[in-house]
Amino acid sequence: MSAATAVDEGHGRGQAGEEPPLVHLLWINAGLSCDGDSVSLTNAMQPSIEEIALGALPGLPRVAVHWPLIDFECGPVQGADTFIEWFFKGERGEIDPFVLVIEGSIPNEKIKAEGYWCGFGDDPDTGQPITTSEWIDRLAPKAVAVVAAGTCATYGGIHAMAGNPTGAMGVPDYLGWDWKSTAGLPVVCVPGCPIQPDNLSETLTYLLYQLTGAAPMIPLDDKLRPAWLFGATVHEGCDRAGYYEQGQFAEDYNSPQCLVKVGCWGPVVKCNVPKRGWMNGIGGCPNVGGICIACTMPGFPDKFMPFMDAPPGSKVSSTVSHSYGGVMRKLRSITASTVDKEPKWRHTGRRITTGYRPPW
Amino acid sequence: MAPTKTVAGDGSGLVEMSWDPITRIVGSLGIHTKIDFKQKRVAECYSTSSVFRGYSVFMRGKDPRDAHFITSRICGICGDNHATCSVYTQNMAYGVKPPHLGEWIINLGESAEYMFDHNIFQENLVGVDYCEKMVRETNPGVLEQAERTEAPHAGEHGYRTIADIMRSLNPLEGEFYREALQVSRYTREMFCLMEGRHVHPSTLYPGGVGTVASVQLFTDYLSRLMRYVEFMKRVVPLHDDLFDFFYQAMPGYEEVGRRRVLLGCWGSMNDPDHCDFTYRNMSDWGRRMFVTPGIIVDGKLVTNDLTEINLGIRILLGSSYYDDWEGQELFVPHDPLGNPVDPRHPWNQHTIPAPQKRDFDGKYSWVMSPRWFDGTDHLALDTGGGPLARLWSTALNGLVDIGYIKATGNSVVINLPRSMTKPETTFEWKIPQWSNAIERNRARTYFQAYSAAMALYFAEKALEEVRAGRTQTWEKFEVPDESIGCGFSEAVRGVLSHHMVIRDGKIANYHPYPPTPWNASVRDSYGTPGPYEDAVQNTPIFEENPPENFKGIDIMRTVRSFDPCLPCGVHMYLGGGRSMQTMHVPTGLSGLAG
Repeated sequence: MSAATAVDEGHGRGQAGEEPPLVHLLWINAGLSCDGDSVSLTNAMQPSIEEIALGALPGLPRVAVHWPLIDFECGPVQGADTFIEWFFKGERGEIDPFVLVIEGSIPNEKIKAEGYWCGFGDDPDTGQPITTSEWIDRLAPKAVAVVAAGTCATYGGIHAMAGNPTGAMGVPDYLGWDWKSTAGLPVVCVPGCPIQPDNLSETLTYLLYQLTGAAPMIPLDDKLRPAWLFGATVHEGCDRAGYYEQGQFAEDYNSPQCLVKVGCWGPVVKCNVPKRGWMNGIGGCPNVGGICIACTMPGFPDKFMPFMDAPPGSKVSSTVSHSYGGVMRKLRSITASTVDKEPKWRHTGRRITTGYRPPW
Repeated sequence: MAPTKTVAGDGSGLVEMSWDPITRIVGSLGIHTKIDFKQKRVAECYSTSSVFRGYSVFMRGKDPRDAHFITSRICGICGDNHATCSVYTQNMAYGVKPPHLGEWIINLGESAEYMFDHNIFQENLVGVDYCEKMVRETNPGVLEQAERTEAPHAGEHGYRTIADIMRSLNPLEGEFYREALQVSRYTREMFCLMEGRHVHPSTLYPGGVGTVASVQLFTDYLSRLMRYVEFMKRVVPLHDDLFDFFYQAMPGYEEVGRRRVLLGCWGSMNDPDHCDFTYRNMSDWGRRMFVTPGIIVDGKLVTNDLTEINLGIRILLGSSYYDDWEGQELFVPHDPLGNPVDPRHPWNQHTIPAPQKRDFDGKYSWVMSPRWFDGTDHLALDTGGGPLARLWSTALNGLVDIGYIKATGNSVVINLPRSMTKPETTFEWKIPQWSNAIERNRARTYFQAYSAAMALYFAEKALEEVRAGRTQTWEKFEVPDESIGCGFSEAVRGVLSHHMVIRDGKIANYHPYPPTPWNASVRDSYGTPGPYEDAVQNTPIFEENPPENFKGIDIMRTVRSFDPCLPCGVHMYLGGGRSMQTMHVPTGLSGLAG
């Protein structure tokens, strides 16, 4: 999607001939990735990708998105409209500013004698693929911001599982957790497997506003996550937490009750999905019967496997809630049966018994 | 950087052209070619993709119940197909049969996945190859003709000329392009209703689903489904008009992306009335699937027996970055029926990565070479992007008959009921003359209608269960210490199999085989080229541009017609320096090219 073209054809929104700045987004999907974060972003609605690209929100800078998933450009390296050329332009400093988005974990290319675990485009001199790590070395120092999209890019994720052959890691592991961009930003991490669609589109929107000077430094927590999205736990936003409080736990996956005893890690996982829904308020994880496997966390997946077993830490707390929850449930059922009945003055007949005194 | 034209150093006068990475597909794929611009043909074609992750390696020793959560992450656009296939595999290994309602819910989720994925790929990825902007840049003569050509089905879809259809597909500005993005969203809402979240499901488990099956759930789904049904009543005639035009505008265009009919379909959507997930009964319940399995060679059905299909799978090496596993331990010498299992079968595969430099004359690929052994030949089957093989197999088998869909033996009839503003509509997909780029694309549209029709049936069956009070969606199971399992399904892009071996209660071996490794497979140890190679090297060039402005649109249309998915494929390569047979310059070309 080269939105620059669309923009050039009449989408400039500068006032009185004033040309708004053009920000390039260089998207590398060739980490150890599944492209699920790219695909998920097409699902965003608040705002959508076309709204970002066409500048539908007031005050956004013009953007030119160089994104393999839906880019128009697909010409040959030796001919017209070469997609990869934008990345060489970025390296040469010809597109400024640009935001670098990385999807997928970064393999360790040093652990083998030759070859590559992952590459993106070819080196014209050697004819061999340019590794993704080399692109990061070339482009990160020139980027106004680096965004790690998805749990693989942020923390290594599923491809960095114990026993993996590639030595995979996240972008902050590769660049350094205290790395800063030319604009003084650390790596911006949007975890999720995949990213919740609006979480990523919202973060990109925030950064675009920040680049125009409209927004202050993006607030990130110590794991470099946007604080307003990842500040609360799954459990704090889960509509099954009421069952937990009352000590009602699902013993299998047929139940609408709390899933903690059948594998849900929600109480200790930072993620907003149950609160926000997966998309348009629909779907989710434990709120709709899917155990939280903690796919937004740095410890994912190893610290949460086997996924379908109860988290060890949940045993004590669920036992406690089971006992006091029983008492609470009994008390509530008394109140519930009271409030489940209408007041006695709602009736037919000649007399009004609401407490109103008729003047006649 | 100014475009540079490189003449191949082999004295052939061919021009080297490469596309790397290719956009508008999933994952990283590079295509390297040598082109004969005088003859307007692709002389040689190499493909490469450069990401290796090693699922089969890091899954060893893990709890088998984690398999569907992990394998879903193989792919970001069809991960749920892997999760589903893994759940099927686990069901077999654990000996568990989910409640009927759980199966209908999975079928509804997977139908929505087809509806979403084919829609976004067709309109927002492939569609751009046929949009006004692209055609203007590659074949201005064809665009002029499109401006003058009235769309035969304008009454159904509302676009007066073919050029109007093309304009509506222009990225971002195109009205239909933007509408398709919206459709890809509400179809994913349908998916999320059934499987929790997209693309990696949250509510799928071996033994069933955790989805709360209420009247509300199915009403929410059905309301959206009927919007999609109405949408398809416009889209099927729209694409028929567009694709028929290409045949008309460029005589000979049927040769683009054409290869021999060698199609595989592993069947899709189990019928819980018949499927018990036992290996013993697999041949029977396989034939009861709502998309019928089949292997089709030169238009003839070779088999529709999943057991036979299973035993014929071979994984060959030859051009890939792996050490061979010959002489390594055999995990499964016999299947549960006592049939011998080949050492090159996925149950017995060992994955031993050997990273090395890319050498187009030697090893150049992380992808292996899946083949189907018919007793004589190792057939390089393709999936036609998925829909072509599914419709072809279902049509030939003539077994599916659910009212909304009827397979006739040479066609598939799809009946869509009345929707808000459109009357009851019937579409008939007839077995085409060719296995080529246009027919792969056309089948994709028809299969979207097929998916919607299946989903209508599944929703009725699910609601019957709920109304009868049978709301259980999950069945308990035990993980055995020793067991094996296999799962067969149709991912969006075609054949998908998972093979698992459990020892000491842990995964001892797990090998998923998605469609892209078949489609994009490399030359195997017998020298047999993979499907892409055939298709790309048979592709004539109709583009009007000289080498300086060449885009390679006919090559791109060929590659994209297969709906490549590199995370699923791991890595691929197309051919190795083989010269192409001489072919005639298409007759319409000289006039159009001026």
